Amino acid sequence: MTDNATDIAVVGFAHAPHVPETFGTTNGVEMLVPCFQQLYDRLGITKSDIGFWCSGSSDYLAGRAFSFISAVDAIGAVPPINESHVEMDAAWALYEAWVKLRSGQAKTALVYGFGKSSASTLRQVLTLQLDPYLVAPLWPDALSIAGLQARAGLDAGRWTERDMAAVAAGASGDVDSLLDKPYVADPLRAHDVAPITDGAAAVVLAVGDRARELCERPAWITGMAHRVDTPVLGARDLTVSPSTSAAARAVTGGDTSGFDVAELHAPFSHQQLILTEAIGLRNGTAINPSGGALTANPMFAAGLERIGFAAEAIMAGTANRALAHATSGPALQQNLVTVLESETQ
Amino acid sequence: MRFDYTRSVGTTIGTFLTNLRDHKIIGARGSDGRVIVPPPEYDPITAEPLTDFVDVAETGTVESWTWVREPLPGQPFDRPFAWALIRLDGADTTLLHAVDVAAPEDMQTGLRVTARWAAKTEGSIRDIVCFEPGEKSGSPAEAGAAAEPVTMITTPVDLSYKHTASPQETVYLRGLAEGKLIGARTDDAGKVYFPPRGANPTDGRPTNDFIELPDRGTVTTFCIVNVPFLGQRIKPPYVAAYVLLDGADIPVLHLVLGCDASEVRMGMRVEAVWKPREEWGYGLENVDHFRPTGEPDADYETYKHHL
Repeated sequence: MTDNATDIAVVGFAHAPHVPETFGTTNGVEMLVPCFQQLYDRLGITKSDIGFWCSGSSDYLAGRAFSFISAVDAIGAVPPINESHVEMDAAWALYEAWVKLRSGQAKTALVYGFGKSSASTLRQVLTLQLDPYLVAPLWPDALSIAGLQARAGLDAGRWTERDMAAVAAGASGDVDSLLDKPYVADPLRAHDVAPITDGAAAVVLAVGDRARELCERPAWITGMAHRVDTPVLGARDLTVSPSTSAAARAVTGGDTSGFDVAELHAPFSHQQLILTEAIGLRNGTAINPSGGALTANPMFAAGLERIGFAAEAIMAGTANRALAHATSGPALQQNLVTVLESETQ
Repeated sequence: MRFDYTRSVGTTIGTFLTNLRDHKIIGARGSDGRVIVPPPEYDPITAEPLTDFVDVAETGTVESWTWVREPLPGQPFDRPFAWALIRLDGADTTLLHAVDVAAPEDMQTGLRVTARWAAKTEGSIRDIVCFEPGEKSGSPAEAGAAAEPVTMITTPVDLSYKHTASPQETVYLRGLAEGKLIGARTDDAGKVYFPPRGANPTDGRPTNDFIELPDRGTVTTFCIVNVPFLGQRIKPPYVAAYVLLDGADIPVLHLVLGCDASEVRMGMRVEAVWKPREEWGYGLENVDHFRPTGEPDADYETYKHHL
């Protein structure tokens, strides 16, 4: 890095089991406690070693006000802790924590996100992310918004239904049998849509030598940027993602070579095609080795998990350079791109 | 979860909605010359306020669409329909709305559609019921005479959730159904929480050491409710108080009745008044209220750490 920023790394990642429905509360406490415990055990730390806490979640998903306050129970807030929250995917909480560490206000941070999508009708709850004046009063649902985006790309010749199925099928999948399946929101079929997933995830960040103490191969964050496109769906080209391109350019300087792994947060198959192109990923990069959001989409944690999985590949030594993308809002409205490397540059 | 969001709409959206009420659709010309519909308050490029309003047609072209197989409550139809991004004639951007056709086979990109107006327009995006195929609308005649400009909208929100009790809450709620007040702590050095918690806020560990508590305690603090509000069940003035059950370390909010509101005080000893057993369910409302026991007040020292 050219500025005098502190070196910051991901040193730990844990996530709750990806399940269609948990027994726990919408507070996330039951899913978060084991995540925190796992991180403490693995890193040999306790709550008091963490300098800053930041979370991402949504009251609409939880069906109650100030749901993140209840989640703070899972941390234990006596003596008082330094804590913050974003009403977005927790990847943005990680961004806030990264800024906190960069500005020298803490040496370690624990970032977490959680969501119990099964508690309500997810596609309906997500309507509340839309413009509340002229769009949300019609109650268009998240599945329909994604369907409009997918159709726009098909009509523009940007991708085919086969391309979408190929994303869902992965390398070894049977694309033809997927194309025989019925539509759920034309032109989306069930496999084009992320499953309903309850989940939670947590990431520990640490600065400089503290990171080296805690982790043999820290995943150094060498770039992180987020951008936003207009919230007016009808005023932007839904088949491209300028905000992803801009964020990716800001962190890669246009050099997208050498990424061993890219974890892209695409809750719909066609969005993976948009993102791959927007970032400019090359052929040698393994995209979503974790399975991506199409296999597990814990709301408000899935973007953080992309950073976690990308970092884990570096910490485990299977990757030297990794890219992670997270999205929040309807139809890829807001996008965050992170670059992680095995050594500081 | 059910509530009405009431919002003031501001000048630009207000102008758009006022026109909608009159069966007219307007956009605004942006700094790049594009006509943006609905009009944004600020230019997407320069961020200057947009004031050059432009009339556009109520007829337009479908630019993208999707099919709703299972409509949700609140959507324009309770039968299958299409959502579409519609570029109205004279506009350079698209408007999201419903299209009323019988089957997905009747939809295609490029379809020409026209607004169908509501029988009574009120200044809401729902003044347009939907769009329908064709160049000419079968809507009722023009809206009536001009009225006051639209300044507010109300959007009802109605979402249902399946709330699950945590394992500790489950023990607590089952206890209530049997007339027991059950608190819990993490271990015998820990504080007793009532209700027990999924995670102890002091250390993040679950409170799994359950303890049955007596149904009497001490008022630690209270307020006299004098203000009437929607859904109120008791005639003001009445007292909502924190009651520290004997043996608990955290008070619980409940009603204190059975004496004049002005008699309630910190330290007052109270006991539960249970509803008739046949009315018990899984909730703390099984205790109808607390009433004074008549015992001498508790010494401040006994509850000062639990305020």
